[in-house]
Amino acid sequence: MGSEAVEVSLSKKAQPGKARGVALAAYARVPGFYTLFRTELVLAARRRSDIVNPLLFFVTVLAMMPLGIGPEPEMLSRMAPGLIWVMALLATLLSQESLFRGDYEDGSLEQLALQPQPLYFPVLAKVLVHWLVTGVPLALLSPLLGMMLNLGAEGYWPLFVSLVLGTASLSLIGAVGAALTVALRRPGLLLALIIMPLYVPVLIFGTGTVQAALDGYSFGPQLAVLGAILAVAAALAPLASAGAIRISLEN
Amino acid sequence: MSSSAYKSSATSPASSAQNSPVDGCSLRARDLSCERDGRVLFAGLDFLLPAGSALQVEGANGAGKSTLIRTLIGSTSDYHGDILWRGKAFPGALSVMRSELLYIGHNAGVRRGLSPMENLAWYGAAAEDAMAALDAVGLYGFEETLCQQLSAGQNRRVALARLYLPGAPQLWILDEPLAALDVAGVESLESCMRGHLQRGGSVLLTSHQPVNIQPLAKVNLADFQPQESHLEAEYGF
Repeated sequence: MGSEAVEVSLSKKAQPGKARGVALAAYARVPGFYTLFRTELVLAARRRSDIVNPLLFFVTVLAMMPLGIGPEPEMLSRMAPGLIWVMALLATLLSQESLFRGDYEDGSLEQLALQPQPLYFPVLAKVLVHWLVTGVPLALLSPLLGMMLNLGAEGYWPLFVSLVLGTASLSLIGAVGAALTVALRRPGLLLALIIMPLYVPVLIFGTGTVQAALDGYSFGPQLAVLGAILAVAAALAPLASAGAIRISLEN
Repeated sequence: MSSSAYKSSATSPASSAQNSPVDGCSLRARDLSCERDGRVLFAGLDFLLPAGSALQVEGANGAGKSTLIRTLIGSTSDYHGDILWRGKAFPGALSVMRSELLYIGHNAGVRRGLSPMENLAWYGAAAEDAMAALDAVGLYGFEETLCQQLSAGQNRRVALARLYLPGAPQLWILDEPLAALDVAGVESLESCMRGHLQRGGSVLLTSHQPVNIQPLAKVNLADFQPQESHLEAEYGF
């Protein structure tokens, strides 16, 4: 079989790379972190529904809660931290599915994976933008919803800070699931099954922060744990996502 | 010819150009076979793509053209045989090869939420270079229109505009570059590829239509079909 080689007759005119090779190599790189980040931000700003939908979900469901469980102020205030946190978690999950999908379908994810540099920074840029357009607005809205659910005023600040830290972790962890399921046509429930268990520690310490503040205790330790979770997730989740993306692209 | 050390290590017959310095810039496949879902797509595939030449991969739909291309760019490691870039074997040579690779696949890597200019900027092009490249592919006047508002052929042209940017990498691997292009677009792309070959670059492309560039070698995957089916090989019937 080896004798069936197809060879191209080499034209004598063909110039070897000479010094060009070095100069040429500077082109066709996917640019650095800042440009990736800016591009993602531009894309997010153009898909406004992707930003507004999770927020609308968050607000509508929480507005329904008093109608469903009754308007007694004591009960609502006792349930408020948990309700707000669970809804924030679901809103993040909803928006997570599309994180890599567009890039996978148009082939730009493959182009990124072909670059010699690691996928860590492109993933980090995407997650950072995802957090900025979902997690941060959720955290900003949360005191308002806390007021709606009769949350004690001493809980507003811990709720906001714990949501800022927690949603960043949620975005990072969710990116792993999104990367694993990007090649599937309808990942819906699978994505939830993969990443919900990983969301649990964030949920526990997030609600714990607010509850501790409401009960009059110091909430510093819970926030510290949330910060620690975020630090670990920021270091490891993009690596895991990058690996998952490479597996998804192989098929 | 047989004096070349490189030659003696190769399983294929000698060609007269082996002593040329550009030999190092070649992409080579040796006894390459790929299978997908238990079906052997091709086996014993040998080719050499030296600098300054082009190779057209032919084959019917489903013959394995895209699988071959995905194998060559290292997207899948599910193959038997050797792939060599500049004389060094995959997967060790993969990162070197990728740093000199311009790949335009079936999904062209054009982000539909960005304008053509922004797309080229994402690929690292300076504004005036991107403008000139878009002009060359006939997208003058569409630079700032979002790609989702452009037609399929125009989106294809946005992807192909990367080939017109100055300082393109050595090796171009293009999957169906002529698809969805009109006659003028095909001619423009051919002259662009001819220019690249004259600068010492290499082009590997798949296409169902004839491509008018020189020197062009052809590989038809139908010639590398396995002699016996997978079942026969494994179970003897």
